Amino acid sequence: MTTTTILIYGGIAAVTVLCFLVLFGVIPHLRLVPDDTKFDFMRFRRVSFPVSAALSIFALLFYFTHGLNFGIDFKGGTLIEVQQKAGKVDIGPMRTTLDGLGLGEVQLQEFGDRGGVLIRISQQPGGEQAQQGVVEKVKKALGDTVEYRRVEVVGPRVSKELLGYGTIGIVVAIFAILIYLWFRFEWQFALGAMIANVHDLVLTIGFMSITQIDFDLTSIAALLTILGYSLNDTVVIYDRIREMLRRYKKLSMADLLNISINATLSRSIITHVTVAAALLALLLFGGHAIHSFTATMMFGVVLVGTYTSVFIASPILIYLGVGVGRTAHIETPEPAAPVVAGNR
Amino acid sequence: MLHFSRWKALAILLSSLIICLFTVPSLMSPQAVQSLPSFLQRKLVLGLDLQGGSHILLEVDSNAVRKERVETLRDDVRRVLRDARLGYSNLTIQGMTVQVRIREQADIPEALRRLRELSAPIGGLLSGTGQRDVEVTDAGGGVIQLGITDAGITQRIRQSVEQSIEIVRRRIDELGTVEPLIQRQGDDRILVQVPGLQDPTRLKSLLGQTAKLTFRMVDLTMNPQQALEGRAPPESEVLFSREKQPYLIERRVVVSGEDLVDAQPGFDQRSHEPIVSFRFNTAGGRRFATATQENVGKPFAIILDNEVISAPTIREPITGGSGQISGSFTVQQANDLAILLRAGALPAPLTIIEERTVGPGLGQDSIRAGVNAAYFGTALVIVFMIVTYGLFGLFANVAVAVNVGMILGILSFLGATLTLPGICGIVLTVGIAVDSNVLIYERIREELRGGRTPIAAIDAGFSRALATILDSNITTFIAAAVLFFIGTGAVRGFAVTLGIGILTTLFTAFTLTRLIVAMWVRWWRPRTVPV
Repeated sequence: MTTTTILIYGGIAAVTVLCFLVLFGVIPHLRLVPDDTKFDFMRFRRVSFPVSAALSIFALLFYFTHGLNFGIDFKGGTLIEVQQKAGKVDIGPMRTTLDGLGLGEVQLQEFGDRGGVLIRISQQPGGEQAQQGVVEKVKKALGDTVEYRRVEVVGPRVSKELLGYGTIGIVVAIFAILIYLWFRFEWQFALGAMIANVHDLVLTIGFMSITQIDFDLTSIAALLTILGYSLNDTVVIYDRIREMLRRYKKLSMADLLNISINATLSRSIITHVTVAAALLALLLFGGHAIHSFTATMMFGVVLVGTYTSVFIASPILIYLGVGVGRTAHIETPEPAAPVVAGNR
Repeated sequence: MLHFSRWKALAILLSSLIICLFTVPSLMSPQAVQSLPSFLQRKLVLGLDLQGGSHILLEVDSNAVRKERVETLRDDVRRVLRDARLGYSNLTIQGMTVQVRIREQADIPEALRRLRELSAPIGGLLSGTGQRDVEVTDAGGGVIQLGITDAGITQRIRQSVEQSIEIVRRRIDELGTVEPLIQRQGDDRILVQVPGLQDPTRLKSLLGQTAKLTFRMVDLTMNPQQALEGRAPPESEVLFSREKQPYLIERRVVVSGEDLVDAQPGFDQRSHEPIVSFRFNTAGGRRFATATQENVGKPFAIILDNEVISAPTIREPITGGSGQISGSFTVQQANDLAILLRAGALPAPLTIIEERTVGPGLGQDSIRAGVNAAYFGTALVIVFMIVTYGLFGLFANVAVAVNVGMILGILSFLGATLTLPGICGIVLTVGIAVDSNVLIYERIREELRGGRTPIAAIDAGFSRALATILDSNITTFIAAAVLFFIGTGAVRGFAVTLGIGILTTLFTAFTLTRLIVAMWVRWWRPRTVPV
């Protein structure tokens, strides 16, 4: 047994024991957020709004100056993933060989520890047919020393369509969700959620632009999922705000929002820990094929989504005129409607 | 909220179990699945990114279809007017319109009548939409115009795609691959997916050829070089061999590939070169016999896709209805040509516009990566939930386990394709599914703090949290639905698992978690709630 296996099994054993100790009440349950947290989130809205605005502008500026690192899905071209059959991969000679083929821009990127190389070749001029010879030329040049693990060739027409569909998809999703929220809440909530939403997307796109992470079809999937999850969070808080609006008739909006956010804070944090755990697993073990997807999700859901629902989506309701005329600072709640236990 | 009738409880448990059990056929060997009743023979299909294989998107060259259509119409016009012995001049093509000038003014009504027979109603006679494929008009001054309508072109492209799919299927079947998927996509595209195919080079070369074979006479009235420099006779054209040698070939086709009934690769008995031997059908054999009888001593040409394969001289009439093509082939080329000839010619060239091939090595690695990520992610979530909620965390974990089982069961039942992003979706669902439990438990904690009794707190926790759970999940579901409609391939797999994951999460939150907690309350009669 190697040290690593001992460590792994030891870790599993320790964690199992920990679980049992918690189950039998020896160790108290973990409380990430103390029960009586009364954090004044609304005080930060004078900071969070300018900061978010500045960050968004920065993200957009970066996007317009540096753009996104479009993969072949959207740019067209050829992607070949090879793995050295024996010995260590030597990327230098490979680069020289491939540059000598006269295929235009050739990018090589090493990954993993088993001699993997990603070869990206830009789209060849001359339409759909022109893309076809590229793979054969590369295979002839590199020969049998490498294993061809993946070959993708996307022609100019398909890449243009994929980008179009992706953009349409995101716009359609935003509006579909907006309409749903409009039905379920007041229009101010729908609008607030949408502003928060766009804010999330802008920051995430800025992140992708700054890191120059591969932007491919899975990135569109990541953006849409971020949209869904970030809203998920916002909706949970909005739900609580709506409930509080019915319960406290005169309480000032800032206090009401604070109560609502504090009441849902524990849930927000616990949920984001579990989502982050799932994403961490994908990031560590999922391989490079989904790396850009998980990294983007990690940023969008865990970092931005949480912040947005607390610091943007909620306080913006004040500016959108929800609860105008509420002034009281202390109020005893009207008794909540009795919950009727019974058969449902 | 905590009362379940016995029947309701039983129904919830049974339906969860049955949905989970649909996973079983996916875990069985293919032989064992065969022995199951047909409604259970539904398996989870691994996507090409996991099992390896080739995905090729082909586009029918619609410009070639248009060109071909209008040229056929011109030839038809010529044939009709000749048969009717009506004098004409200036037979030309302009865009999608054929124009012809009738010499005698008196012949025009007759010409119009005859030419109108070339126009057919769209979609056959019965489904009369009133539209026709060709519009015949008298443009005045003896000029008749035959315009191909948009509907006529759309119909022709649709027919071409349908025929192409059939030909593509025959060609791929000849390769002996396992379960290829061939389907139409959009208006003019064909999607071909061949699992397990490692190197699509041969497949691509088979699909990239139109394989239009013709036997025609060589035009000896002019030297091909002269024809290249000056004007070739209108009834002939210059074609090249593979070695770029020019030939002047008559446009008239003696026999074409459609008249072949069989083609087989073989070896020439004298030279031992690879050849393709073929047989004509009766009509083709007769035409070929007549042509060779009349032209002994002259060369004829075998032409494949406008390339002269060979141009042998006819030594004696060939009346047996069979022959052979030799053209310094390799064995592979002879094999492929035989396949192409047996499968028939494509109505229009196909262009490959997208190709994605994954080798089996990468597929295996991806499966391992996905499974490892799933184990690790699930373990993290399980431990975290127990550490945070104790016994209730354990309940949540049971619900999540059932949840994943149900996702796999539903995917199997639908015969859905599991891709690497799809596995991603399942792992994320594990992270998200516990959210419903977190919402409920946090609400219960709150209600307890508000001074309710344990049972009342649990009850209030469930009834308040469920509304929130519904609202928050629907937004994610909308995103998944949009992704499903715009996504292709692997990304669509992600949308499917994410969407199904949301539905099963709602199901477990509303029924199973509640049932487990209700049973616990009934059996233990707790005085405190250990959340």
